[in-house]
Amino acid sequence: MLRGLFYLLLVKPLVLFLIGLNVRGRQYLPSAGPAIVVANHNSHLDTLVLMSLFPQALLADAHPVAAADYFFRNRCLKWFALRIIGIVPIDRRPAAVGGDTLTPLLRALDHGKILLLFPEGSRGAPEQLGKFKSGIAHLLSKRPEVPVIPVFFSGLGKCLPKGEFVLVPFFVDVFIAPALAWNGSRPAFMAELAHAFALLRDEAQPLPFDGA
Amino acid sequence: MTAVALPLSVQVAFAGIALLLCIASGISIALQRRRPERDYGELRQRVKTWWLIVAVFAVAVLINRATSVIVLGLISFLAFKEYLSLIPTRRADHRVLFWAYLAIPLQYYWVWAGWYGVFIIFIPVYVFLWLPMRMILTGETQGFLRAIGTLHWGLMICVFSLSHMAFMLVLPAENNPGGGSMGLLIYLVFLTEINDVAQYVWGKSLGKRKIVPKVSPNKTLAGFLGGVFSTAALAVPLAPWLTPLTVYQALGAGFLIGLAGFVGDVTISALKRDLGVKDSGTLLPGHGGILDRLDSLTYTAPLFFHYVYFLHY
Repeated sequence: MLRGLFYLLLVKPLVLFLIGLNVRGRQYLPSAGPAIVVANHNSHLDTLVLMSLFPQALLADAHPVAAADYFFRNRCLKWFALRIIGIVPIDRRPAAVGGDTLTPLLRALDHGKILLLFPEGSRGAPEQLGKFKSGIAHLLSKRPEVPVIPVFFSGLGKCLPKGEFVLVPFFVDVFIAPALAWNGSRPAFMAELAHAFALLRDEAQPLPFDGA
Repeated sequence: MTAVALPLSVQVAFAGIALLLCIASGISIALQRRRPERDYGELRQRVKTWWLIVAVFAVAVLINRATSVIVLGLISFLAFKEYLSLIPTRRADHRVLFWAYLAIPLQYYWVWAGWYGVFIIFIPVYVFLWLPMRMILTGETQGFLRAIGTLHWGLMICVFSLSHMAFMLVLPAENNPGGGSMGLLIYLVFLTEINDVAQYVWGKSLGKRKIVPKVSPNKTLAGFLGGVFSTAALAVPLAPWLTPLTVYQALGAGFLIGLAGFVGDVTISALKRDLGVKDSGTLLPGHGGILDRLDSLTYTAPLFFHYVYFLHY
């Protein structure tokens, strides 16, 4: 309830008017779970923009995957992340990789949820595409029937880069590719995913950022 | 915040615009029916978006001063945002860009308050001096001149120039017995847009010699002249209904709008060519971005404003 209102009254108007999206390939977004939406990560806004792409009715089933250590720093933030944003928390400590880390994600997929995942792991330098971590391939090898939809953002790192709290409006490109299916091997799948993002990035042709 | 009683001329003007759009819609539908093998989707989309533009313009003009200032301020915001999204910006200027955005509500506040003295110098003087100073506080000198130059040019075009449209609505209505407070703006916007359309139509039908081949290869001398004379011819009969201009002054206004509209158009074309984009954005389906539609107005609004202001206010 509160979460639905938060997205309807705050996030969607903010994203649609203050920022403004140019969306290409909206038809490729999943219309039902289970599904995994994979995006590049430059800004806290990525999560909100990704959520705002879904129709209100589907929001209840869409959950961003986020690092527990970052969002559970204090009780207020924890409440906000879980109840309002609706994250599925994961433990990203190296020791836990392959073990318990994926359990909450598998459970969510089994419940027909749409997971929003940022395989770069953290936000990184603004408007730079970092290297993808292979957690997504581990996840998919256990649920091979789940479709993976790549989404490329360009411009959000300019609106609100890491470490900045003043939002500066820019129009943002959101390019969505057709779903990828599990191809049987982790390295091969990671290569396919990287290729899909390279294609989206070529299509978006982001402007050089940072002078010169 | 009371609704203003609409002068008859304003009612007739909007009825006339609606009629023109009905004709345009009728033609675009009829064309598609008669020649189904050709795709008129772009034209249909363009006309549909025209309806939307006129609806927004009606809201901007007809309700009351606060609504006018807010709607026109939001249009400036969208234009400026589109501009900043097109040009390269420096990461170091994040906060500076935020300050630049803040100029928009302030500029439109001066309009709302009818404070001409500040309205006219705020961006050309105070913002012009403040933004480079703020930029220096961040200390990034690499690309300084380009960053401040492009930023201020954008503010002048998208905010300062366009805010003259809003100031026309707060000029004293008693100086304009025919059109009241809204007449001038309707006159300006109508003639500017008609000039765009007329230049296009004349150019398509008999244009040969290119006028600015390097910037805008589709523009022809015939299109330019046909547009300017059509606009001037229309400016004279409309003037007594919407403006305080005499016949000769209206003729001058027509030529001014025709000429300035052309220059505004090719100026934004030059910007797009420099940046290697075809359209300035995707906000207005069939037209491109919002700057693609406002391009002529960025020149006609301030020039027509000061022409009329000098003569009658």
